[in-house]
Amino acid sequence: MAGGIRDKVAILGMGCTVFGERWEDDASDLLLEAFQECLEDARIEKKDIQAAWIGSHIDEVNIGKGGLYLSNALHLPMIPVTRVENFCASGTESFRGACYAVASGAYDIVLAAGVEKLKDVGYGGLPDSPAFGQLARLITPNCTAPGLFAQLATAYSAKYGIPMAEIKKAITHISWKSHQNGAKNPRAHLRREVSEYQISESPFVAYPLGLFDCCGVSDGAAMAIVTTPEIARKLKPNQDLVKVKSLQIAVSSGEELAYHKWDGATVETTRIASKKAYAEAGINDPRKELSLIEVHDCFSITELVTMEDLHISPPGQAPRDVLEGFFDLDGQIPCQTDGGLKCFGHPIGASGLRMIYEVYNQLLQRWPEERLVKNARLGLTHNLGGIPAQNVCSICILGLD
Amino acid sequence: MIGIRSYAGYVPHYRINRMTIYSAMGWLNPAIIMNAAGEKPVANYDEDSITMAVAAGIRCLQGFNPDTLDAVYFATTTAPYKERQNANIVAGALCAPEEIRSADFGGSVKAGTTALLAALELVAAGAGKNVLAGAADCRLGKAASVQEMVFGDGAAAVLVGDEDVIAAYKGSYSISVDFVDHLRGAGSRYDRQWEERWIRDLGYERLIPQAVEGLCRKYGLQVSDFTRVIYPCYYGAARKNINRKLGLDHSQVQDDLLQETGDTGAAHPLLMLARALEEASPGDRLLLIGYGNGCDALYFEVTEQIARFPDRKRMSDALARRVELDNYNKYLVWRSMVPAETGLRAEEDYITRWSLIWRNRKAILGLQGTLCRHCSTQQFPPQRVCVNPDCGAVDQMDPVYLAGKGGKIVSYTADMLAASTNPPVIYGNVDFNGGGRSMFDFTDCTLEDLKVGLPVRFSFRIKFYDPKRDTVFYFWKAVPAPEEVS
Repeated sequence: MAGGIRDKVAILGMGCTVFGERWEDDASDLLLEAFQECLEDARIEKKDIQAAWIGSHIDEVNIGKGGLYLSNALHLPMIPVTRVENFCASGTESFRGACYAVASGAYDIVLAAGVEKLKDVGYGGLPDSPAFGQLARLITPNCTAPGLFAQLATAYSAKYGIPMAEIKKAITHISWKSHQNGAKNPRAHLRREVSEYQISESPFVAYPLGLFDCCGVSDGAAMAIVTTPEIARKLKPNQDLVKVKSLQIAVSSGEELAYHKWDGATVETTRIASKKAYAEAGINDPRKELSLIEVHDCFSITELVTMEDLHISPPGQAPRDVLEGFFDLDGQIPCQTDGGLKCFGHPIGASGLRMIYEVYNQLLQRWPEERLVKNARLGLTHNLGGIPAQNVCSICILGLD
Repeated sequence: MIGIRSYAGYVPHYRINRMTIYSAMGWLNPAIIMNAAGEKPVANYDEDSITMAVAAGIRCLQGFNPDTLDAVYFATTTAPYKERQNANIVAGALCAPEEIRSADFGGSVKAGTTALLAALELVAAGAGKNVLAGAADCRLGKAASVQEMVFGDGAAAVLVGDEDVIAAYKGSYSISVDFVDHLRGAGSRYDRQWEERWIRDLGYERLIPQAVEGLCRKYGLQVSDFTRVIYPCYYGAARKNINRKLGLDHSQVQDDLLQETGDTGAAHPLLMLARALEEASPGDRLLLIGYGNGCDALYFEVTEQIARFPDRKRMSDALARRVELDNYNKYLVWRSMVPAETGLRAEEDYITRWSLIWRNRKAILGLQGTLCRHCSTQQFPPQRVCVNPDCGAVDQMDPVYLAGKGGKIVSYTADMLAASTNPPVIYGNVDFNGGGRSMFDFTDCTLEDLKVGLPVRFSFRIKFYDPKRDTVFYFWKAVPAPEEVS
């Protein structure tokens, strides 16, 4: 009987670039920047790496196909390099590949990388691409990411009879909180505190979402080097160890899209993946046990429903939790302590690893006092790729030992 | 008995007041004030002759099984394709069988009546039992032209057959001459016309009476035998002269709808016919004239069956549904008369893959999905493995046409980021009545018109246009229909 990945893999080191409009840098520069930090943190050399995974999403303006780009950029010594793509979960998918490689016993030390060079697209938002295949492109609306996620709000409002003005208040607070946190983070893309008034009055992008309900589109890279807990203890004696407690992916079956049971106000994959992740990690009550979370706040409304889908807020109660400050930096479960996708930015392939980077450093208590989650023991990261009606959800839970 | 079994008119949602055009362009050609009374329908940014003909066709076929069609004819002078049969796209959207005859009629605004004649004669020849003749036009005049003031966008459809006929076809008379009042060369977008006095005096005022008199002579009738004479002619003075010449009583003359629809080209005689049939009584004799490089004259006699024909106001209904377009520039952009910036996102290049479209033609043109024999779940696009998680049956599917089912809104948004000449782009998830779900663009509406649970109907529209390859791609969109009960 398969037992999952709990405590079989430890993180040896991590690196993450400054996210943002890196006009002067190629994806290779971003990868090198994250790699140097990662190697230094892991205290190993390039030749010690036995295999590598790389996650990236957009083919058209990024690093192309296959593992060659990473191997060439870092001149890895002809080791196996595999590129993975699973929408916005690509970074976590890369991490998952590396962790499974270690857990299987095939390799001792493995690199997981994620990168996205988005600012060469030439226009705002994500590039338009036939992400769901050629037939879907023909029959799917002329849509964009904000509009696809904005529909969560209209469905949520109808489901719980909560007026849109109330939902707008809650999602405004979500973006406000992320800006507060992002402003304290030197690696974040957007580093300005903004008032709730500025957020709620920002120009409308896709009803009911305004500009400040949407995350930054950024360039960036992030990396992890993973190994077995035994090797990690040997290489880093007398140090706290961050171990992987669970890694779960859930992919839509097509039922949300084409069957009529789903009410449009939840993300079903998150509900399923998080349940499996809690079971794998041995968590009984996430609301009480989790120390911090990094969720996929591509849009403020996504973060709102995610709080319910992660089984932290009861159904229909996320707006109340949000407005009561439950997820603020000084709340019970601080969320997006690094600014989240909203302010840290969202270079798709790197985002999952960026979240893991934040939780890893919080668990090791490496951050300055002003943005530190004290005595953090258990942190969760969550990615959501695709659209609410058909998507890929990844959950990673890390714990301190 | 051979004749008309059903009819419908279609007028696009948007109307522009002719004074709005005059206000914008009168400085260039002050004489257009003479044509500035009333309003004209403007095809939405996602409509053209094909989509409008489909809309009229759907209404016309209401209560009829499209499987019984033997032919679909489509008349227009503004066909989106020169090669790729336009009528086949119309037929596909009407869910007609593939084993039918189809033909495009064009080259003159008389094409609408010629298509109707061909349909009637096909049935008369015993070559088929039911034929749909649709006509639509979306003609352009240059900015500040008389044509811009007069031409309107619209469509009409007539179903002819040999059973339950509401107006029996009694005969016809045609004239075909190379009389050139209007013309458009193969590469021209805009109508060109010769002097108006020539168009009136030598065109309408001579050819129409000639056709009416020719038909009367042929069948031994007097003009006074007709209850209604239905002829297009947008010159008020010429109409007076024609009526005087033919000795027509005021009550015999069918209103030309100039104030409401303008001249809708190939569709116009059929649109006027639809209006006439709304009010016709058994025994009425109708004389229908199509005009353009000659004339077609068609003679009908209304039957008792018309009393049993449901929802007769199939032209007035179309006219009643209207929203004012108070922005002339929007009209110019929608008709691609001025280049407009829609951003780099709009420049993404998507080639149309014809082999893919062929495989999925019924889903794309007819909104055909599948219905699981095992659990009765409707699904779109067609599936081989049932999407119901509690079923999952494989290859237990029957085809089901979803276009006529309508649905209701599950979620929606209005998107300013998506590239469009009619922002914001409105779309959302829709549940089909009877089960199953898909996400659709919404059209002919604003954000304020929408709410979760609201009924929608489906409308065949332009999905995108590829300017690099001059390719129009069509698919279905949802239109809020608060009046419909699901």
